[in-house]
Amino acid sequence: MQNEQKPLLSLSQLTKIYGSLAANDLIDLNVFSGSIHAILGENGAGKSTLMKLVYGVETPDAGEIHWNGQKVNNWNPAVARRLGIGMVFQHFSLFETLSVVENIALTIEGSRPELIERIRKIGADYQLEIDPMAMVNSLSVGQRQRVEIIRCLMQDLKLLILDEPTSVLPPQHVGALFDALRKLQNDGVAILYISHKLEEIRELCDVATILRDGKVTGTVDPNQSTAQELATLMIGRSIPKIDRHDSQNKTKSEVLAIRNLSVKNLDPFGADLRNCNLNVFGGEIVGIAGVSGNGQQELGRIISGEELNSDLNPSSIEMFGQSVKGKGVIERRDLGFSFVPEERLGRGAVPSMSLRQNSLLTAFKKGMLKKGFIQSDRVAEYTDQCISEFSVKASGSSATANSLSGGNLQKFLVGRELCLQPKLLFLSQPTWGVDVGSANEIRRKLINLRDAGVAILVVSEELEELFEITDRMYVLRSGSLSPSMKTSEVTPDEIGEYMIGEKREEMDHAISV
Amino acid sequence: MTPLEFFLSGTMSAATVFLLAALGELVAEKSGMLNLGVEGMMAISAAVGFVVTYQTGSHIFGFSIAAVAGIFVSLIFALVSITFLANQVATGLAVGILSLGVSALIGKKYESLTISAPDPIFIPGLSDIPFIGAVFFQQNIVVYCAILMSVMIAFCLNKTRLGLAIRACGENPKAAEALSYSVWKIRYGAVAFGGMMAGFAGAYASTIYTPLWADGMIAGRGWIAVALVVFGTWKTSRIFLGAYLFGMVTLGELVVQSLGFAVPSQFLTAMPFVITIVVLAIISADMSRLRLHAPYSLGETYDGSESR
Amino acid sequence: MLFQFEKRNSASRALILATPFFAIAVTVLLSSTMLLLQGKSLHTTFFAFFIEPFESTYAISEIFLKFGPLLLIAQALAIGFRAKIWNIGAEGQMIMGAVVASSIPVYFTDSESIFLLPAMIILGALGGMAWAAIAAFLRVRFNANEILVTLMLSSVALQILYYLLLGPWKDPMGFNFPQTVMFQDAALFPPIIFGFRLNYSLIIPLIFTVFVWIYMERRFGGFQLVVGGLAPNAATYAGYSSGGAVWKSLLIAGFAAGIAGMSEVAGPIGQLQRSVTSGYGYSAIIVAYLGGLHPVGIFFAAFFLSVIHIGGDYALVTADLPISSVHIFQGLLLVTYLASYTFVNYRFRSRKAQREYIESSAT
Repeated sequence: MQNEQKPLLSLSQLTKIYGSLAANDLIDLNVFSGSIHAILGENGAGKSTLMKLVYGVETPDAGEIHWNGQKVNNWNPAVARRLGIGMVFQHFSLFETLSVVENIALTIEGSRPELIERIRKIGADYQLEIDPMAMVNSLSVGQRQRVEIIRCLMQDLKLLILDEPTSVLPPQHVGALFDALRKLQNDGVAILYISHKLEEIRELCDVATILRDGKVTGTVDPNQSTAQELATLMIGRSIPKIDRHDSQNKTKSEVLAIRNLSVKNLDPFGADLRNCNLNVFGGEIVGIAGVSGNGQQELGRIISGEELNSDLNPSSIEMFGQSVKGKGVIERRDLGFSFVPEERLGRGAVPSMSLRQNSLLTAFKKGMLKKGFIQSDRVAEYTDQCISEFSVKASGSSATANSLSGGNLQKFLVGRELCLQPKLLFLSQPTWGVDVGSANEIRRKLINLRDAGVAILVVSEELEELFEITDRMYVLRSGSLSPSMKTSEVTPDEIGEYMIGEKREEMDHAISV
Repeated sequence: MTPLEFFLSGTMSAATVFLLAALGELVAEKSGMLNLGVEGMMAISAAVGFVVTYQTGSHIFGFSIAAVAGIFVSLIFALVSITFLANQVATGLAVGILSLGVSALIGKKYESLTISAPDPIFIPGLSDIPFIGAVFFQQNIVVYCAILMSVMIAFCLNKTRLGLAIRACGENPKAAEALSYSVWKIRYGAVAFGGMMAGFAGAYASTIYTPLWADGMIAGRGWIAVALVVFGTWKTSRIFLGAYLFGMVTLGELVVQSLGFAVPSQFLTAMPFVITIVVLAIISADMSRLRLHAPYSLGETYDGSESR
Repeated sequence: MLFQFEKRNSASRALILATPFFAIAVTVLLSSTMLLLQGKSLHTTFFAFFIEPFESTYAISEIFLKFGPLLLIAQALAIGFRAKIWNIGAEGQMIMGAVVASSIPVYFTDSESIFLLPAMIILGALGGMAWAAIAAFLRVRFNANEILVTLMLSSVALQILYYLLLGPWKDPMGFNFPQTVMFQDAALFPPIIFGFRLNYSLIIPLIFTVFVWIYMERRFGGFQLVVGGLAPNAATYAGYSSGGAVWKSLLIAGFAAGIAGMSEVAGPIGQLQRSVTSGYGYSAIIVAYLGGLHPVGIFFAAFFLSVIHIGGDYALVTADLPISSVHIFQGLLLVTYLASYTFVNYRFRSRKAQREYIESSAT
């Protein structure tokens, strides 16, 4: 390996503190040219913070950054870019209302025709074709990632940082990305590859640094280590596996039924829904797979009742056998429906309000009101129940929602909705940004709930999660739903084909049936 | 001049007040800053512009100092809302209330004095064309400058890197920062530009359009300028048209009175406000168009922290 | 940036209380500088502003005369501001309340019925609510920005007032002054102390304050409004109607401003005339903020600003200060308050704490 060679980038004792939490604690790291270096760690381990320090978005509180053996002061993104560092962000730093070339012109010098020419050329060289004149809002998530990579390639690139790049890609497109990265590696570019997925790191990377709780727990060759060893370094214990078993007591009647649902979106940046068909029975977990931005938000709002579309056919959405067209969120909740949205802060919870007030937000019909007056003792009781039953770590029921970690807040929100004893539960991205331990707890609760006869619908980007907990699955792509598939009879590749639209005819076929 | 020529030529002059202020507000809003202090900035600049012009006899000097006053007031807004992270709506109102008070103080000794407006520029050749010459080519130089400014601002916002950077800050400041643009510098700059333009608008109102100072003389025109930015759905060309439309409405008041119609004058004075309300409702009803053109982070405080 | 703020984990309660006092101190400091620059005596000015209003019973009664409408409108506006419904047209709603209430004494000049005053209160409330309802309707139905609409409606209301005063409602015996007839006693609130202008309308804002406190602190309806203001998506998620919040906020404000307008014509003014609002609609915005948008805070803020208003009147005479100085003081107060409020939720980025952590972990 390149151990004799001088490191391109060297971090020593790098530390970053947010409030009282050390997001990065005395990190040492060496990155060499021509190597794909993985940064492995679970959610909240400090991977993203570390990359922001390397790219200069955040300033370290202590420690040094060396580039080619030289100490660099006044590190910021402009300096980083000048040195040849490029970064592809997890949530892209593109501007929706600007075109591809305008986005690139924000960081790369040159006239428009020149830039357009270069974008086309790089696209051809690396198989990353993109229309330079397209508005970003019209691009799919995968295409946006291409724009970000192209933007990095247009500078004199020495080090490329990618933050969880495959989380937004269907399995089939991952190969193409890896090909492009290997080509870069051969050109002598160093790559920092952030991920929490063990398998892809073993496939792609030649060295892996593992982070846990902001500290480096090891630097290994991923191909020489077993997945179990990596997992132990990452989590500090072995991952408890969830015992998968199929639903035993699926009911005969549909709890949620969506029939021929088509909705034109008023938001020009959103997706239209096209002829969606879906049903959920009691005692089963149904998943909706697919990359975000394909209509997940829109479908979620229609099911939750946050958006009431007056043009709908009464039969196009039914709960418990009756049409809920025109019924608002509260009326649907009265029927036994409950919902956990993907944005925890600002939607599922009011950030600056206490957990008690956040219980009141949706659980107010659980005896919390008497003639419109708030019964604070009842609110406190309910909140304490959620906190203890779901082992939420908080300083108490008067802690504000934004003081909780992602995993704990999610447990609280799931708890709040489950304590309502719903008969139909809808969750969107239930484990986004949640640590492994909390994610497993939440998944186990869901399976128990299913076994108790509740109908559960889960929208998730994480295929592994869906394979772990669901009984049936749909794929949502460009606002259309695939036919229903039994989880035990389908492979991730087949799901992936629906995600990229190769099974388009079958989807159209499903619509006409 | 025939009455029609007088009407159209006056329209251009009246429109210039709206146009200058609205263009400035457009740039500020494109960077994400909703500055509701336009009325106040115009009032202070009108007072300052009048006082300086009255004392020195120089319109150029009056305009310059008025612009400085506008910039100064806008920087107070910027300091409180950008650096001190206060709510933009409340800050704009606060600065507006403060400025209206200060304008009254500055202009107190000059109440109802008048000065002479500078002579219009007769553009050689063109101004002699019948009708068209009288309407378009015998205007004050500021009228021409305002038109030129519209073109330049449209070009800057759409075709230059500075314009891209301003729009980027207005859409997603966090991402702009990640690309090493300094959001606070760009926003300070855009707000100050808005202050300068409001300064010109105020000075034009008090030294050229109606060359006198009276407390409260801006009379809601700053607010109409803010509304114009919404009418124009943040597009320079439409804001230009809107400004001229409102210039016409303002002139209509004079024309109807001079023609001797028996319409109460209060009805005519209220007209621009009623029209603003109606147009605002019509334009705003099309939510998808607003979403497409309104700066996405408009009015949101940016504290550089993670969640937006 | 020159200096940077860092978000606190939770808002500092102590600073919420300290902020208005800090803002007042800074404002006094800034205005002192301005006064010195103008060559005014600080002593005379501040004596006029803060001492003279308390020197006579009459002056104190005048403070409470201002206190009523300011308190009433500010309490109502604060409800909307907490829900992020920006009604800045209380001035217009106040005018329309005064106008509609005045229709009774204008058309029934001779009536001495005891129902006259109650009817005027109801009409005043309805007038203000109707005017606010226009803005609410346009916002809910057409998504029209309520800041601009309420403000424009104020200008329109003023023209309606002028039209009536110069036209149909002008006092025929009034030497062509733009004002209506003086109202009969039955259309006026009786004075609390004979010979003073302070009258029993003061009871309304006090009762209203109690209701607002109960509504915002104890009732689910108030909670829903606050959620809508803090996190609109959370309100939608929970199924709280956003249109409902707009209607509630604006109608409550219209109700309060309408009654405030009515109490002016049926109180100290005794007729409808051009200066019916005395700028209460705008001052109330400052009162609402200075009181931290909280019913109790607003109570004290309204009192403070009433003192400033009366003090301004005295300063006009004894310190030869222009009327605009009160507006400037108010504007400065709000600007400094907003800037100071930052410290409730943020603190200066503290390097010290981080260094300490690094040092302790290094050993």
